Amino acid sequence: MARKVLAKGNEALAEAAIAAGCRGFFGYPITPQTDVAAYMARRMPQVGGVYVQAESEIAAVNMVMGAAAAGARALTSSSSPGISLKSETISYLAGCDLPAVIINMQRAGPGLGGIQPSQADYFQATKGLAHGDFHLIVLAPYSVQEMADFMVLAFDLADRYRTPVMLLGDGMLGQMMEPVVFPEPVKTLPEKSWAVTGTKGKRPPNIINSLYIQPDELETLVLERYKRYEAIQREETRFETFFADDAEVLLTAYGSTARIAKSAVLALREKGVKAGLFRPVTLWPFPQEALRQAAAAAEYVLCVEMSMGQMVEDVRLAVNGAKPVHFYGRTGGVVPSPAEIIEQVTRIREGS
Amino acid sequence: MAVVFTKTQGLTDAQTHYCPGCTHGIAHRIVAEALEELGLVGSAVGIAPVGCSVFAYQYFNCDMLQAPHGRAPAVATGVKRVRPENLVFTYQGDGDLAAIGTAETVHAAARGENITVIFINNAIYGMTGGQMAPTSLPGQVTQTTPNGRDPRIAGFPVRICEMLSTLPGTAYAERVSLDCVKNVRKAKQAVLKAFTYQMQGYGFTIVEMLSACPTNWGLAPTEALAWVRDNMIPYYPLGVFCDRRVER
Repeated sequence: MARKVLAKGNEALAEAAIAAGCRGFFGYPITPQTDVAAYMARRMPQVGGVYVQAESEIAAVNMVMGAAAAGARALTSSSSPGISLKSETISYLAGCDLPAVIINMQRAGPGLGGIQPSQADYFQATKGLAHGDFHLIVLAPYSVQEMADFMVLAFDLADRYRTPVMLLGDGMLGQMMEPVVFPEPVKTLPEKSWAVTGTKGKRPPNIINSLYIQPDELETLVLERYKRYEAIQREETRFETFFADDAEVLLTAYGSTARIAKSAVLALREKGVKAGLFRPVTLWPFPQEALRQAAAAAEYVLCVEMSMGQMVEDVRLAVNGAKPVHFYGRTGGVVPSPAEIIEQVTRIREGS
Repeated sequence: MAVVFTKTQGLTDAQTHYCPGCTHGIAHRIVAEALEELGLVGSAVGIAPVGCSVFAYQYFNCDMLQAPHGRAPAVATGVKRVRPENLVFTYQGDGDLAAIGTAETVHAAARGENITVIFINNAIYGMTGGQMAPTSLPGQVTQTTPNGRDPRIAGFPVRICEMLSTLPGTAYAERVSLDCVKNVRKAKQAVLKAFTYQMQGYGFTIVEMLSACPTNWGLAPTEALAWVRDNMIPYYPLGVFCDRRVER
């Protein structure tokens, strides 16, 4: 039987990546994700994998690009300012159709910001991470167990759709400890006939490239990639609902904020308020249709985030004016409490 | 009729986009012939840069990967670490290697990364139309130094081989020139040596090739070769800057 162990979020991620067959980790220290790198530095040599501490976030993600191009499951991990530095190469990963996984344990911004938990990189992750027409699959775990499970899912999705995948957590998820059952080690990895491994004189050269000088050629490639994105939207959209069926007050939240929202839902139910939660698990693709349906029976929606209001834009698009959408957010590394959410619900009900 | 010469198997049949008189063609041929002579065409993974040689992935007849600007040594690191049995080389110009990618270059050498860097130094940004490079000479007129590079404003050119040879991770650093037949032959020997060192696992190897850019220098091809001789070699002396055969 699978053994349950107590693990810290960042270490659970790292161990699950090894279970997923990741044998290349390239990192750079930044709070609050450095323990991912520290864990990998110790574990990778034990499993015959590669750990390199790069000279920069930029170099780290480019090492991931090289390792991914050479056919390995490769990973880099960082926190907000570090992701900004990696963004150019993440666009190259998308443009080269390279599977790779990037972890962002979000901290507060802008600028150097702070080192406390934040969700202010939602726009960056889901909308405009870097130049060009592309998407990342963005997975948002909300427990240590999901951190572990989604690590395997991230590598599987990356390989299946040949796309970079981001695991978007925050400083709180990385540092908390919870019981976790680690995923079974992946036994066989998919063949990658496109990888640069040397022709050995047996096939024409493989070329991995994102440069296309002829506009119509590039357009055709981007259109083909967007067909894949459509398949991802169709097949891979994930969400969770919690007391949402009869909810008059529908909260929306992801990641660690969803944990707080769940506490608020239970407390509101005890007070006789029919509250529920809709939790997007994939932030891209955003579970638009499922949220529209969940909101249909509610009186209004309240989106809670650790930001000034980023996911709320997708919530509004999904609800599309059918119901009022309210927002409550804390930022700068401040974590909202269940009491604050309950107070917001009370205020909205009183119409103030 | 007897066949006295055939093109190397290390190059594809694609027609290159390089300008008349450009020495990229010579550099490509040297690298490709070295791969072929060492039996490494099937092992090689090449990393193309951003700049004039961005299309190198169409010309080398081996697996190729096109890197973001300046990041080729980091990309090569990723390839080599997960495929240590392959020969991995980067092919980079002076803007790519010595300006935007300086950190990646220096740290790949500092780590003793077991890769080979082919560094084309022509003292100018070619692809974008002739701007000052980190290796442009004092007084050199470029689009962005219209009155000549003034070190008081634009600083001094960077001598890469000298700099990298101070790092214990660098196994081999040689500067060669493509200005004449004799030097072209030496350049080929340097590339053969660098690739051999990599296959022996000695660490980071770099061959810097002083190259001509007639188009952006505004010179005829023969004048450009003379300019390499008369202006570049005095500032960038040719030779082996370090040769450390230490197995890791």
